[in-house]
Amino acid sequence: MAASGPGQVYREPGVKAPKFSYVRAASLGQVLELLERYGEDAQILAGGQSLMPALNMRLSAPRLLVDINGIAALQGITCKEGVVRIGALARHAEVATSASIRQYLPLIAAAMPHVAHLAVRNRGTFGGSIALADPAAELPACALALDARFVLQSLAGRREVAAADFFKGFYATARLPNELLIEALIPVRQNWVPVFLELARRHGDFAIAGVAFQVLLAAGIVADARLAYFASEARPTLGLATLAAIKGQRLDQTTTEAAVSALPKDLAPIGNAAASAKLRLHLQGVLTRRALQQAQATITGNARP
Amino acid sequence: MSEKGRSSPLGQMSYLGQSVPRLGAKAAVAGRGRYTDDIQLPRMLHAAFVRSPYAHARIVDIDLAAARRHEGIHLVLSGRELAQRVTGPWVGTLSCFAGMKSAPQYPMAVERACWAGEPVAIVVGRTRAAAEDAAELIRIDWQELPAIAEKRAALAPHAPVIHAELGDNLAFRKAIDTGDVESAFAGADLVVEETFEFARHTGVSLEPRSLLATYDKATGKLTIITSSQCPHMIQRVFAETLGIPDHNVQIIAPDVGGSFGLKIHTYGDEVATVAAAIELGRPVKFIADRLESFVSDIHARENSVTARIAVKRSGEILGFDVDVLSGAGAYSQYPRTSVFEANQILNVTGGPYRHRHYRGRASVVYLNKAPSSQYRAVGHPIGNAVGEHLVDQAAYRLGIDPIEMRRRNVFADDAYPSLSASGIKLKDLSHQRCLDLLVRRMRYDELRREQDEMRLAGIQRGIGIALFIKGTSPGPLGYYGSGGAPISLQDACVIKLEPNGGVICAVGVTEQGQGTNTIMGQIAAGALGVPIEAVRVISGDTDAVPYGGGTFGSRAAAIGGEAVLQAARALKEEILAIASELLQADPARLEIVDGSVVDAAGTRRLPLAEIGRICHFQLGELPAGRQPVLSHTRRFRLVEDLYIFANGVHGAYVEIDTDTGFVRLLQHWVVEDCGRLINPQLADEQVRGGCVQGIGGALYEHLIYDAAGQLSNGTLADYLVPMAAEMPEIDVAHVETPSSLSELGAKGVGESGTGAAPAAVMNAVNDALRPFAARVTSQPITPETVLVALGKI
Amino acid sequence: MGGEESMPIRLTVNGEAVTHVVPVRQHLVDFLRGTLGFTGTHVGCEHGVCGACSLRVDGVLVRGCLMLAVQADGAEVVTIEGLDASGEIADLQQAFVERNALQCGFCTPGMLMAAAELLRAGEQKTRAAIREHLAGNFCRCTGYHAIVDAVSATLERRAHAGGKRV
Repeated sequence: MAASGPGQVYREPGVKAPKFSYVRAASLGQVLELLERYGEDAQILAGGQSLMPALNMRLSAPRLLVDINGIAALQGITCKEGVVRIGALARHAEVATSASIRQYLPLIAAAMPHVAHLAVRNRGTFGGSIALADPAAELPACALALDARFVLQSLAGRREVAAADFFKGFYATARLPNELLIEALIPVRQNWVPVFLELARRHGDFAIAGVAFQVLLAAGIVADARLAYFASEARPTLGLATLAAIKGQRLDQTTTEAAVSALPKDLAPIGNAAASAKLRLHLQGVLTRRALQQAQATITGNARP
Repeated sequence: MSEKGRSSPLGQMSYLGQSVPRLGAKAAVAGRGRYTDDIQLPRMLHAAFVRSPYAHARIVDIDLAAARRHEGIHLVLSGRELAQRVTGPWVGTLSCFAGMKSAPQYPMAVERACWAGEPVAIVVGRTRAAAEDAAELIRIDWQELPAIAEKRAALAPHAPVIHAELGDNLAFRKAIDTGDVESAFAGADLVVEETFEFARHTGVSLEPRSLLATYDKATGKLTIITSSQCPHMIQRVFAETLGIPDHNVQIIAPDVGGSFGLKIHTYGDEVATVAAAIELGRPVKFIADRLESFVSDIHARENSVTARIAVKRSGEILGFDVDVLSGAGAYSQYPRTSVFEANQILNVTGGPYRHRHYRGRASVVYLNKAPSSQYRAVGHPIGNAVGEHLVDQAAYRLGIDPIEMRRRNVFADDAYPSLSASGIKLKDLSHQRCLDLLVRRMRYDELRREQDEMRLAGIQRGIGIALFIKGTSPGPLGYYGSGGAPISLQDACVIKLEPNGGVICAVGVTEQGQGTNTIMGQIAAGALGVPIEAVRVISGDTDAVPYGGGTFGSRAAAIGGEAVLQAARALKEEILAIASELLQADPARLEIVDGSVVDAAGTRRLPLAEIGRICHFQLGELPAGRQPVLSHTRRFRLVEDLYIFANGVHGAYVEIDTDTGFVRLLQHWVVEDCGRLINPQLADEQVRGGCVQGIGGALYEHLIYDAAGQLSNGTLADYLVPMAAEMPEIDVAHVETPSSLSELGAKGVGESGTGAAPAAVMNAVNDALRPFAARVTSQPITPETVLVALGKI
Repeated sequence: MGGEESMPIRLTVNGEAVTHVVPVRQHLVDFLRGTLGFTGTHVGCEHGVCGACSLRVDGVLVRGCLMLAVQADGAEVVTIEGLDASGEIADLQQAFVERNALQCGFCTPGMLMAAAELLRAGEQKTRAAIREHLAGNFCRCTGYHAIVDAVSATLERRAHAGGKRV
């Protein structure tokens, strides 16, 4: 908390938002113009489920709020030519009940019940979660595991950034202040086994450990895997040493334990009041073991709930 | 539709023991509750506060000029300016706590802030948002001072002293020494010693502290609408502090959105709000927001306890030896002090048992944190956890089943009156019956078999029980009274017959949704002989009710209820006397049933409506010597006893994931004895709610401070309170041993869930961990706590 | 108030058309409570955690403290007062009263709003599923057991009545 030293302004967080200007954007072009002009002095208001608490608690004080909820181009979930497009404004509730998501991106379908609570899911958006990049969020980890690409647009043009390059750290992404996240493009991968597990103290809480795994098994051998860990470091992380421990092997107890043992090479968790670094590392190990066991069980048809 | 009354010695139509639904519930489910923030007064202004960001710092300079110039701002006051407008300062000591010391406390910090969150300046503006905008313009030059945030550090040699004039950081020391602990322990077959840590909590009422003050300059009347449990105490303290005679101060407690003890206290920011209203001559409203609630509501529960139990091989408990280090806040809370908790821990540890040797020592220390004070079940969650853990551990080491261990040591049900080793008078308790009933309801033997089977399958389950005694309904000879606190330990009822035969029952105890008004109505209706729909209970308005203590210490049913009973009897006596004159009948052969006077044959002779009409409007019908009064006041207090003790037992069944350390609560049971059960459903729900609040402490709640006295988890996202998905089903049963201290025979029930649920859960967790030679002795029991105990991290 | 950026909004609240000029920074619950007098929706935290502010916007359950009033322009808002008046959950409200599934009542409007979603879905739910659904609504008084009783009983009663409101 704020003040120190003589003569500095003391910032007391209250729970009424500070003053800001507000624009209900009518078009994508208008949004981009405003972002170009205001840059970091502007904040995008989509679902508001993370921005509003920050505003109410005066942790955020933008000059301008740009409400993008009316921009049709940002809505919708479609699947075309093996790529699922999720618009930035797709509400969590929409993603959670989408037949396309269930069919083509079951990893995300498995993650959605863990995202906060129904009331939050009704407003919160896919794009909002990606752009915020909370270290404990489910969707950035799923995007990483699914090798998603994010489309960013500014007045200068349009570019795509792979998930692996997008998440930089605590609430930090590759999005520039004059860019808007438009949509995610996620390739549909047949035969990859999804496993999503997270641990939270209470249902709907931020996770204190979580894994979003995609495993490709061919004739019982791990051909490839994307093992995304979240709620342990500043951003979701792909486990590379853990992958090396299982790649080209059968998924049995030995390789599973080898992956768990390799985990400290992949993760240097950060602790806070909610959970210590030691705890997070340990729990990620437990989740690694359980997730790989679940992947194996799915293949052999003995899937346990 | 109402429940039909039953005949009983306490009235021809008794509602006692009936689960009458609460009238207030109907309004609440329609969204028509009326809480302090729902009330708007004309030209009302709003207060916001600047609070110290430092745990300990000198205010070198405070510049309010820019804030004062901000648009929409009507008043800005510093702590010094406020101190000039009120009497004080407060000193939170009571004479009954010999040797206790506390520094004088101003409503807002004057030259030094002593906890992060202490109010430093008040800003009053047209909207709360504007007041917060202006608050940001206040410039304060701080000089940071060393802060004490850890209990042991507070008493270390050369520790920085928070209040230099006190000499050290010790608030209070207490010792109890009964029997011969040294010999008993020396001669014991087994001594178990343990050190426990209990985390700091706060109440987290969903409706935060709320106050709306308005002052009429013309009449000199101050009206305060506030979410308080104790309107009369607020009246006394605020009258004194603001320099307005008590009889010109009206306190109104409208609907209260949860309180749990945090709203029995007085707060500096509330004084500032009232002072602003007086100065401005306009209503001023203050609603504590959630963030400031965490740093300004009273805290509680922060204790380290080292304790030992001495037992014989037979399982007989010889004695307890308990050492308590209690962490208060920066000041002792006025007027109830911050030392009750430590006292109660010493009073109740091992309370159910017959041992004769007991030594207890407690030290309460000041810390640069928000002041602590009474919060639901005061001290009992700690004392019960300590005592019951040691009993369980001793049982295990001796190879005795935990239930059997209790059976061998509790006071027998026919052993009363008796005296506990800590010096408490015990009466009318029922440990044996409660234990027997719990064993049946838990299906204890089946559960043990299930536990064994699960273990074979690699699933770790634990069963924990915890017995408790609970001090309720304090009397004037107890701490508040003997210490001179401005708190009424007696209570009162004014009961009146209206012209239409309706009954108004005004009481000094208060309602926060637990059903106080409903049970007072049940008692009045039953004692008088009228349908419950004919009774309206009024509470919470000092202009409309007799002087009372409000609700705290689970006192409403026992103390308030007895006053209602006596008042209703007095009214009934007068009604029958008048009826006997009107009917020319012998009053001894008349009764009141279902709102009418009936004769010995049961024939309806005179409705109360008729008596009401005559006595108000047609007095010529009465004999010349009869002047109807039809309004009776009765008061009640405990005369010799300090408390009415209640008792009970909890059972908890848990499952532990030994890989993740997560504890799952499978089921919870409570069997409790609150004496005469007035409304079983309301009692059940008080127990259930109390259990979950206690479980919060057992598994989740922890105000996490760093060494610099900064609270790191002061939001609802970070301070974990129990939510529905993790809570167990809670089975509640009652044993009824009426209290011999009143005719009604009721005892308090509101805190019995909170007092021992944490003990039962901790015992269950440790029971599950036994095969691993692991145990936990700190709360909250987090996944990390369990994994560390298991040696996994 | 000068210097306070404001916008006109038109919306429907509990079936009534409403037109107002609101500060852009004001959240929906403050508008409903302070300006329109619908005090049934409560403020418990203003950071979207406690659920006391739950209400219905355009047919879905939302947290009112996490929406700006200006975002409700053109929307249909239903608060507990409107839900009560419609009779949609009269049986649930009665069950709450019968089973004392509330004490102080502060969480109750939000709790009823959330529970109403289960009733609308019309499926039978286990007690554990009901608990999970209500996991975003904080209650400090009841310990949740009686709330689950009331919701469960109402779901069952409706199922027996063929899914219609009794």
